[in-house]
Amino acid sequence: MIGVAAFAGTLVAFRRDYRVLENYKYLFGLGALALLFMPLLPGIGQTINGARLWVHVGPLQIQPGELGKISLIIFLAAYLREKREVLAQGRLKDWGPLLVVWGAAMLILFVTDDLGSALLYYGIFLGLLYVATARLSFVIVAVGLFLAGSAAVYEGTPHVRERVTNWLHPWTTHKVFCPLTGTATLRQECTSYQEVQSLYSIAHGGYGGTGLGAGTFTNVQGHELIPSLNTDFIYSALAQELGLAGAAAILLVYMMFVLRGFRVALLAGDGFSKLLAAGLTFGFALQTFVIVGGILRVIPLTGITLPFVSYGGSSIVSNFLLLAGLMLVSDRSNKAIERS
Amino acid sequence: MNKQLSKLALVAVLLLVALVGATTYWQTWAAGGLQNRQDNSVELVAQFKVARGLILGNNGKTVFAANRRKRVNGQTLFFRRYPLGGLAAQTVGYSTSAYTQTGLEESLNDYLTGANTDLSNAIQRELATLGGATVHGNNVVLTLDPAAQALALQQLGDRCGAVVAMSIKTGAVSVMASTPTYNPNLVDEPGGYAKILKIKGGCGDGSALLNNATAGLFTPGSTFKMVTAAAALDSGAFTPASTFEDPGYCTEYGKRISNANNPDQKGPEAYGHVTLAQGFEHSINSVFCNVGKKIGAATILEYAKKFGFYSTPPLETPANERAPSGLYYNGKLEYPKHPDTAVDPGRLAFGQEHLAVTPLQMLLVASTIANGGVVPRPYLVQRIVGPNGSTVRDTKPDTLGRAIKPETAAELTQMMISVVQAGTGTAAQIPGIEVAGKTGTAETAVPDVYTAWFVCFAPADDPKVAVAVVLEKQLNGFGGAVAAPIAKLVLEKLLHG
Repeated sequence: MIGVAAFAGTLVAFRRDYRVLENYKYLFGLGALALLFMPLLPGIGQTINGARLWVHVGPLQIQPGELGKISLIIFLAAYLREKREVLAQGRLKDWGPLLVVWGAAMLILFVTDDLGSALLYYGIFLGLLYVATARLSFVIVAVGLFLAGSAAVYEGTPHVRERVTNWLHPWTTHKVFCPLTGTATLRQECTSYQEVQSLYSIAHGGYGGTGLGAGTFTNVQGHELIPSLNTDFIYSALAQELGLAGAAAILLVYMMFVLRGFRVALLAGDGFSKLLAAGLTFGFALQTFVIVGGILRVIPLTGITLPFVSYGGSSIVSNFLLLAGLMLVSDRSNKAIERS
Repeated sequence: MNKQLSKLALVAVLLLVALVGATTYWQTWAAGGLQNRQDNSVELVAQFKVARGLILGNNGKTVFAANRRKRVNGQTLFFRRYPLGGLAAQTVGYSTSAYTQTGLEESLNDYLTGANTDLSNAIQRELATLGGATVHGNNVVLTLDPAAQALALQQLGDRCGAVVAMSIKTGAVSVMASTPTYNPNLVDEPGGYAKILKIKGGCGDGSALLNNATAGLFTPGSTFKMVTAAAALDSGAFTPASTFEDPGYCTEYGKRISNANNPDQKGPEAYGHVTLAQGFEHSINSVFCNVGKKIGAATILEYAKKFGFYSTPPLETPANERAPSGLYYNGKLEYPKHPDTAVDPGRLAFGQEHLAVTPLQMLLVASTIANGGVVPRPYLVQRIVGPNGSTVRDTKPDTLGRAIKPETAAELTQMMISVVQAGTGTAAQIPGIEVAGKTGTAETAVPDVYTAWFVCFAPADDPKVAVAVVLEKQLNGFGGAVAAPIAKLVLEKLLHG
């Protein structure tokens, strides 16, 4: 409901020209940083499932990072549109903003313990940087910096190390130390329990799935097998109930959405619109990859939401905002084509 | 910027394609491996959502395994129930919530849960689940005769032993009883499994779970003379009329090996001038000892192999619940590289010398003789019927090849008839029906304690049913006295109903 309201509100508010947003780019940039770091504030910040991504305000639990993502994309689109020629010359002093964003992403990763969000924000930044400057070398250097930073964080953060270990070796045949209970157990019964049960859930779906509402998610006593099934592991529930056919269909719909989004970017008349549409779309694809890839053991698992499917208010609102943004850009370029 | 946009779009699409690939991997190639993992709690629960097929007796009515329906948190779950308790516990096995299965419940799991990968079946099952209906497994109709099975079990009592019977013309196993038995309904109860492990019956701890009929290894004693005689006759070295001098012992490696003690006399019996047929009839060890010395251990083992020794007999139960028969050294089956020097041929000929056999294997020997020399292929599953009544699988009788010539089989049958008419197996006589059989009284490590055997078939002129009975650790228990009466009752039950 709130998502649809935000969607409609955005469309109405910016029906004339959304490009006024460009004028407030630094406001959005600061806003994005504020939102991203908000969970760290003592008192309202909350750690759920080992990641500090939540803010607790009265009865509301929100993930400010979701809105921060949209703000960041608006800021990047506006900033890169303005500076693209300068950046493309590749002078040393122009690397400043890049390093600042790299530092911010690493900081977020380090303080929130959330590899997924860092990967998402940094990925969006790199995608847009490449589109704006056409310099592949920037991207390569930036990826190198990210890997180096990640390696350092891996060494320094037990939570990230645990995620990587669970990713590489979810099953053990011998008992290993379990930090949750402080005793020696098999890893699949300890830190990688959710990942492993989620894979079992997916495997149980097979080709055709069990049918909607007929999946197995509780044990014989009726206790939940995967505690965060409706949020982080929604994909493993879908894959079990809909099977390979259904899961592939959902991914194909996402793929179509992504292709439409890039088409909007291609047709847009001005640089800001192009970068905005591309940023929103690429962010969408990357977010899907990070969470589903984590579940499917393509990359280490991180706790971010699956666009439009996960149960989570902040995520739904931000995805409807994303959709509204794309529609505005699309509408504007359509009108421009009609006029010409 | 459009060139870069296209490239970025390609990256985005490739990321999603990678997800489709990974999903396909986990739901197809890797799915089987994951489903078989013991810590897979999804499969553990999911199997209880399926109404497992029933396991039925050969009449299609007697229920060996059924389901108990239970509502848990709004879902209907099905748990296994065994209405007949321990009647065929080791053969049927159990399927429990601890995710362990044994017996036919384990080996036929795919059929019983309807997961057998037949295309039309898979589509039907998929449609049923998508419609929210309960998946029903296939019913399994066994070849076991519930009445004969109950009789065999009652006769064995709490002694350690087994009774196996089969239809000679088809290989359909009609009785497979193993004692001590256990109540499979106990397995899922708190402390129930520990109770089962404690059942004593002369076989030692844990023996109640072992299927003595297919995995129990016993010394064959004189029942192995069927194999020796088959080798002697089929190889042409002897005829039933070949003569021997029996002084009450046989000399091997310069030492005397005495005949079995006669309970009525003090000391071993001596028969004097006898034929091979008489030696078989009275189970004279010295005669067979001399046969063994003449034809050699290699020939005897070669024939044993033709009867199915040294290979695990085919059957629908899990492979780890069946054992091959042959020479066991320190618990390991071994076929000697140079049998004629490594194996004592005299002791081998009358069924001692490291020989260990399953009752099923001895049943196959008798059935082969009854079947004119061709080994029938044993089976336990007659039919598998789908939930809609259609036949999923129907067992066609088959053979395991020829072991001996028809003439040899006929001569052996005559010799086995004499055993029941006038020899060691008179307790198996049935009025009006000619029974052919062979007794066995194998020595154990304890003096006067024997492994008692009787292996037989009837009617001798038109063989229909073969029965093998074994009882372990019987004090002064001779095969003809202890095992033959049980075999007789089971034969009667199977022939007359």
